[in-house]
Amino acid sequence: MTINEVQDEIINEFSLFDDWIEKYDILIDLGKELPAIDPRFKTKEFLIEGCQSKVWLHPEFDGNRISFTADSDAIITRGIVALLLKVLSNRTPKEIISSDLYFIDRIGLKQNLSPTRSNGLLAMVRQIKLYAIAIDARI
Amino acid sequence: MKDISEIRADFPLLGRTVYGRRLVYLDNGATTQKPQCVIDKINEVYTSYNGNIHRGVHAISDMASEAYENAREKVRSFINARSTREIIFTSGTTGSINCVAFSFGERYLKPGDEVVISHLEHHANIVPWQLMCERKGARLRVIPVNENGEIIQEEYLRLLSPRTRLVAVTQASNALGTILPVKLIIEAAHSLNIPVLIDGAQGIQHGVVDVSDMDCDFYVFSGHKIYGPTGIGVLYGKEKWLSEMPPYQSGGDMVENVTFERTTFGDLPFKFEAGTTNFVSAIGLASALDYILDLGREEISKRELMLLSYATERLSAIKGLRIFGNSAEKISIISFLLKDIHQYDAGMVLDKMGVAVRTGTHCAQPVMERYGIKGTIRASLCFYNTEEEIDILISGIEKVTGMFNQKI
Repeated sequence: MTINEVQDEIINEFSLFDDWIEKYDILIDLGKELPAIDPRFKTKEFLIEGCQSKVWLHPEFDGNRISFTADSDAIITRGIVALLLKVLSNRTPKEIISSDLYFIDRIGLKQNLSPTRSNGLLAMVRQIKLYAIAIDARI
Repeated sequence: MKDISEIRADFPLLGRTVYGRRLVYLDNGATTQKPQCVIDKINEVYTSYNGNIHRGVHAISDMASEAYENAREKVRSFINARSTREIIFTSGTTGSINCVAFSFGERYLKPGDEVVISHLEHHANIVPWQLMCERKGARLRVIPVNENGEIIQEEYLRLLSPRTRLVAVTQASNALGTILPVKLIIEAAHSLNIPVLIDGAQGIQHGVVDVSDMDCDFYVFSGHKIYGPTGIGVLYGKEKWLSEMPPYQSGGDMVENVTFERTTFGDLPFKFEAGTTNFVSAIGLASALDYILDLGREEISKRELMLLSYATERLSAIKGLRIFGNSAEKISIISFLLKDIHQYDAGMVLDKMGVAVRTGTHCAQPVMERYGIKGTIRASLCFYNTEEEIDILISGIEKVTGMFNQKI
C-alpha cells in the first residue's frame, strides 16, 4: 500500500468513532501492539525529548527502505507513534521525504502535533524526515 | 459570601462546554478565569479612555493616568504597603523577579556571596538567580524539603551566613501546594540583616497578604492568577532597597532628564517602569482586587480549604493514587499520580471528559526530581469550584484507571 492508502485506511477506521474515549481506546491498543524497540536503542542518542512524554526512535536502512522501531513512556503517545510508523516505516527515503501527513488532522489528533503540545511527536515526524534526507543523500 | 451559583455566574467562561461536555476548570494555579467586571473594565478603557499614561496633556490621557495611579493605590492597600512608591507594575511574577535579580544583583552582589532559595521554587524563582549568580560569581544555596514537601527549617537556618545576600522563597509551592513559613523565614534572615523576597504568585489569591506585617523586603505576584488580566504583575519593594537599586530596563517615562552624555532617572516607582506599561491590564487588575475584596478574603480561604479537604479525602480513597505534598499547611493544590499510568495519558483522557488539569513538571523540575518522578497531575482549585466538579474529576480518574489498567 502507498503512504496515502495507509493514511486513508486509518481515517476510515477512526471515522467509525465519534467519541474521544473510543478513539483513545484504539490508540491504547495500538500502543500495546507496537513492537518493542531493542533496549540497546533506548538511549539518549535515539531519544526525542518532549516536556510531557518521551519518544525513542531508531532507524534501520536495508539499502532500499528505512524501517523504524520506536517507543514512548506514555501509552497514548505510543499509540500515535504506532500510527506514524504504520504510515512511514518500511518506505524508501524518497517516499518519506515527499510524504504529506494529512491523517493526523483528519482523525482529530492535530493538537498532538502542535508545537506547543510538547509530547515529542512533532519532533519525531521531523526526525523521521531528517533520517530519510540524510540516508537519501548518502545513496 | 455570595451563593456559589451567583459567584459562578460572574465568570462567563465557566459556563462553556468542551468536546460537548461541561467544562470543569481545575487549572487555576496556571491561570484563573476572569469575572465579568474585569472583562467590562478592559472594554471600558479601550472604549472610553485609551490614552497613553503620564504623557499627554489631553483629556483621555489624563483619565487613563488617573485610573492607572488609582490601580496602584488599590494594589498598595490590598497588600498593605506603606506607599505607592513601593508598588511597581511589571509584566508578571517572572518580570518582577528578573527585575530584582538584575537590579539588586548589580547593586549588592559580590563574588563569593550567596543567595538562598528553596527546593520548592518555580523555575521563575530559580533561573533569574542562577543567571545573576553566574554574572556576579555568587553561589545559589537551596533549602531542602522533607518527604511531606515542607522545607527543613533547621537546614534553612544553617544555610544563613554572613555570605548570604538575599533569601528568595515562594509563599506557596505551585507544584505541591505547600505553604511556607514565610514569617519565620523572614525573621531569621532579618536577624542577620538579610533581605527576603517572597514569590507570591501562588499566595496572593488565597488569603490576606499584608506585606507590612510579613515584613518581607520584596513581594511579587501576577495579575492573571488573581482573576485579573494577563501581562500585568506587581513588584512590591521596600523603598530603602528600591531607591538604591539601579533601573532594570530603560526607555521612556522612567527618566528625568536625558542628554546624549548622561541620563538621570525618575523617582520611584517610575524608575522601574520603562516604556508604556500595560496600563489597561493594571486598571483591570484593580477591578479584580475589588471583586476579591467584595467576596472577602477570609471567606475565600475558608471555602478553598473546604474544597481542598473534600478533594483530598476523595482522591485519597482511590486505590493506587499517590498525593505528592502532604504539608499540614497547603493552598488548594493537589498533585498526584496514578500507579503505572503516565500523567500525560491521564491528562489527555481527563481533557476529553471536560476536566482541565495540568500535567507535567509544572515548571518546577527540581522538586519533581526530589521525588524521583517526571511529573504529576495537578488539580488546582479555587473558590468558584464546587464539590460536584471534584466528583466529576473523581469519576474521570476512575475512567482513566479503568481504561489503562485493563490494558496493561
